Amino acid sequence: MELKGRSLIEPLDFSPEEMDMLFDLAGQIIQNPDDYADACKGKLLATLFYEPSTRTRFSFEAAMLRLGGQIIGFSEPGSSSVSKGESIADTIRTVECYADLAVIRHPKEGSATVAARNVEMPVINAGDGGHHHPTQTLTDLLTIRLEKGGFENLTVGFCGDLKFGRTVHSFIRALLRYKGVKIILVSPDELRVPEYVRADMVSAGMEFVETTNIQEVMPGLDVLYVTRVQRERFFNEEDYIRLKDSYIIDLAKIKNAKKELMILHPLPRVNEISPEVDADPRAFYFKQAKNGMFVRMALIMALLGVTKEGESCK
Amino acid sequence: MQIDSIDSGIVIDHIRAGFGLKVVDYLNIDTDNQTVAVIMNAASKKLGRKDIVKLENVTDLDIDVKALGLIAPGATVSVIQNHQKISKTHHDLPKRVKNIVKCKNPRCVTSIEAVPHIFHKVNDSGMYRCEYCDHILRPNEL
Repeated sequence: MELKGRSLIEPLDFSPEEMDMLFDLAGQIIQNPDDYADACKGKLLATLFYEPSTRTRFSFEAAMLRLGGQIIGFSEPGSSSVSKGESIADTIRTVECYADLAVIRHPKEGSATVAARNVEMPVINAGDGGHHHPTQTLTDLLTIRLEKGGFENLTVGFCGDLKFGRTVHSFIRALLRYKGVKIILVSPDELRVPEYVRADMVSAGMEFVETTNIQEVMPGLDVLYVTRVQRERFFNEEDYIRLKDSYIIDLAKIKNAKKELMILHPLPRVNEISPEVDADPRAFYFKQAKNGMFVRMALIMALLGVTKEGESCK
Repeated sequence: MQIDSIDSGIVIDHIRAGFGLKVVDYLNIDTDNQTVAVIMNAASKKLGRKDIVKLENVTDLDIDVKALGLIAPGATVSVIQNHQKISKTHHDLPKRVKNIVKCKNPRCVTSIEAVPHIFHKVNDSGMYRCEYCDHILRPNEL
């Protein structure tokens, strides 16, 4: 297993064993974060955020800073040469002259693939349009692993915007490799998963159900993954307004859910989970956000090939 | 309906019905200077209905076989000289196609970046997936 120098563009870029290695390292960092304070000393992370982000950008920046590394980048394209019409390929090639690895978020689907193909340094996809968000998937999987010990035989429900929800697409793709996983997809008809996600599940032989009724599937769920209906993905504001409140998870809706249910959300939340659920022990979304920083620390270390002492791995 | 055979030329047969003109289009056949016959909805034992494209007095056409396989899976290309069939090739769906069709997803990076349009075959029903955004292209979208 060697992650040094590789890129993470979509969830299947790493084998299950490589994912486990990352989760183990993240677990060690959680236990003793101070031990890793100099792991990336002298290393530079470039953050190229062509779209707004709070959690993902902050967690990457916090991760690098907590590893002793430094950061350059932009948080909106207007402040870079992108506003002059520079291509993704040219931007990333230029960034490679200065940085050791790059994180990119871009509204176009497949943008991270283009970036990674134009450089030797590792590139991390921090969200490409409505397509993939593999580091959120690492966060989601780590949170489940810490709580349930593994992923096999879980019934995972996805609720909300499954069409444009890149975290949903990546999470489902990652789950394709684990035995006995059953997927329940709850969404309005207009926001069902894209055809390629369905094709992936069919070709992997994964059991899945599509429904519009959250109540009838709630009792069988081990994990409920709730997503926001994303205004920025709609070409038509009217469609957004019509669909945005399709599902609001409140205490009444989870009354019949399992005691061990984990409610996850990639955040930011608008109103799809009522604040009254926050205090319920089944709400894991803020723990999930914290885990995101630790798993990104592990990812950065692995892609740079450094030990906690800051030495290169052999 | 009587359809004459050709003395010399190329016959692209077993094209699924409705795709004959697309074959002419995708293969960039010079319809201004060549004699081209497109037979539509001919009876076929195998397909029920099929299209046929005949190119008279052309024997060295540089056919993009991947494009043909994509547009008309199962099509055959026969080269005829002096009423004799001198070669016949069969063209199925290619595993990968490059710069033959464009991704129709407006959110795909191919809409803004100068990169080749690449698709990979999903299954034998003719579904293809964009290499960049995973958007699925169905046969009727070609």
